[in-house]
Amino acid sequence: MAVRDLSPAGPAVRDEPVPPAAVADRHGWKWLLCAPALTILVFAASGPLLIVLVYSFLTPAGFGGVVWEFSTEAWFRVFLARDIFEPELLGPNRAHLAIFWRSVSLAFQTALICAVLGFPTAWFIATRPQRSRAVWLFLITIPFWTNLLIRTFAIQEVIRNQGLINTILLKAGAIEAPIQMLYTDFAILVGMAYVFLPLMVLPLYAAMDKLDIRLLEAGYDLYASRWRVLRHIVLPLVKPGFIAGSILVFIPAIGAYVTPRVLGGGRNMMLGNLIELQFGQGRNWPLGAALAMTLLIIVVATLVVYMRYVGRQEEGRRDG
Amino acid sequence: MARTGFSITRLPGFGAIAIATFLMLYIPILTLVVFSFNAQASMSQWGGFSLQWYEAAYNNRQVRDVSIRSLWLAVVASGIATAVATLAALGTTRTSRFPGQTMIYALINQPLMVPEIVTGVALLIFFAAIKVQTGYTGMGYLVAAHTAFCIPFAYLPIKARLETMDLTLERAAADLYATSFQAFRHITLPLLMPGILAGFMLGFVISLDTVVITEFVKSAGQDTLPTYMLGQLRRQVTPEMNAIATLFLLLSLCAVTVFFLLSRKRA
Repeated sequence: MAVRDLSPAGPAVRDEPVPPAAVADRHGWKWLLCAPALTILVFAASGPLLIVLVYSFLTPAGFGGVVWEFSTEAWFRVFLARDIFEPELLGPNRAHLAIFWRSVSLAFQTALICAVLGFPTAWFIATRPQRSRAVWLFLITIPFWTNLLIRTFAIQEVIRNQGLINTILLKAGAIEAPIQMLYTDFAILVGMAYVFLPLMVLPLYAAMDKLDIRLLEAGYDLYASRWRVLRHIVLPLVKPGFIAGSILVFIPAIGAYVTPRVLGGGRNMMLGNLIELQFGQGRNWPLGAALAMTLLIIVVATLVVYMRYVGRQEEGRRDG
Repeated sequence: MARTGFSITRLPGFGAIAIATFLMLYIPILTLVVFSFNAQASMSQWGGFSLQWYEAAYNNRQVRDVSIRSLWLAVVASGIATAVATLAALGTTRTSRFPGQTMIYALINQPLMVPEIVTGVALLIFFAAIKVQTGYTGMGYLVAAHTAFCIPFAYLPIKARLETMDLTLERAAADLYATSFQAFRHITLPLLMPGILAGFMLGFVISLDTVVITEFVKSAGQDTLPTYMLGQLRRQVTPEMNAIATLFLLLSLCAVTVFFLLSRKRA
């Protein structure tokens, strides 16, 4: 068996027989082993994204689908609209801008709510005795792995006009008529915070778990109050967890489709619903493709900024 | 961190918010489950215990069809995904970095990063073109879409298992003149099995959970349980939906528990 020098220590230590699983070390093997997975992924995940890019530069056919004629119209229409009477005039596309703004702001607010609720929750879990900690963590993860649609349905049932909250409030006499919560932005917000909360708690917990409790005690010994310790010692140390959690919540929230569709009603669209509309009633596939690409760009840009931040953090740790 | 008496980690109010958060997480789900046993057709007025909605769901031909389709799809897609993810994990673990590795990771993890709606639209466009060219409208599209989506989820636990596995047993096998294949078959594969099963379970749950991609890829008459539910939710819903959701929850819960038990098993 040809032994390749792959260990950083150099060839001298590799006189022992190569473990069989290391057959992958022989060049070509790794690619062969990865080939089936990569084929499926290129066919049914990555490749089609390129086709979306191509379609965004084509001309819509009236009945859905496209005509193979190059056009940048779809990309203009993402943010701009043509004047009905003078098609040469381009103005802001207010409907689209409103939906973009709603998506970004709802995603941002969702992350904020998750942070406000997630921080005490993660803290609570991190300060439990070792053995019960696993149970609390499991309790946080279970909803996360159960069907998102079912959890959205559950929220719908709670906030409906005849739902749990309104029924209780009516019986208690606190209100006279049910409060309309379903089919509002508020419902979308509640639903998204509900379904994405575990994505905030888990990274926060991971950051708190590594916290050195002696630092907190040192702060307290130096006459800092609990809140000053929290503000000046805990928060800076768990900041990476906060940022990771916010990214993990923000990304699925901005691309949300199911939650706004079920809880938001027809008028409270988010970006995902606007994209779907172009492939359904809108019958404007290039515009839908351009909108999908715009969403992808927002997500990738968020991730790139985050990666940069993580990179800087790690550099800082190495230098410090 | 827990200790009696004074503790700097005890922050007033935090415990209350945490407990409230846990309640908020579980009350909607529990309400849903409780009202699936309601004798009345209401989802807020309790009218006594009854299993009628389970009976209704069981006798609903459409519900049975979409449930079987969902389970079939989840088993097939997660099965294929687990098989190819195992090979990919063997190919990418325990080697030094090689050119192209970052690209492989990016490809494998891509379904985790791209919003489902974007993947859904992309597959709609791509598969529509294939449908026009070939005339094929079978389940193959859904299988391909779900498999690709399951691959990263199946890959992660398998890779984690491979990375923590003890190499000495394989060395011993090699010293005892086992061929590479024999060592793989009798040593590596059995040791890897919990990871592979965990990967399968995770893929299974993810496939069952996938609604947006299915909604865009499915042809007529290919509804899965989630897309069927999505269609029903916009209408007046009866507790039959609660019954279906409860059974669905139970299934996911079992799969997730098995996954956790498997991935906690020591290598």
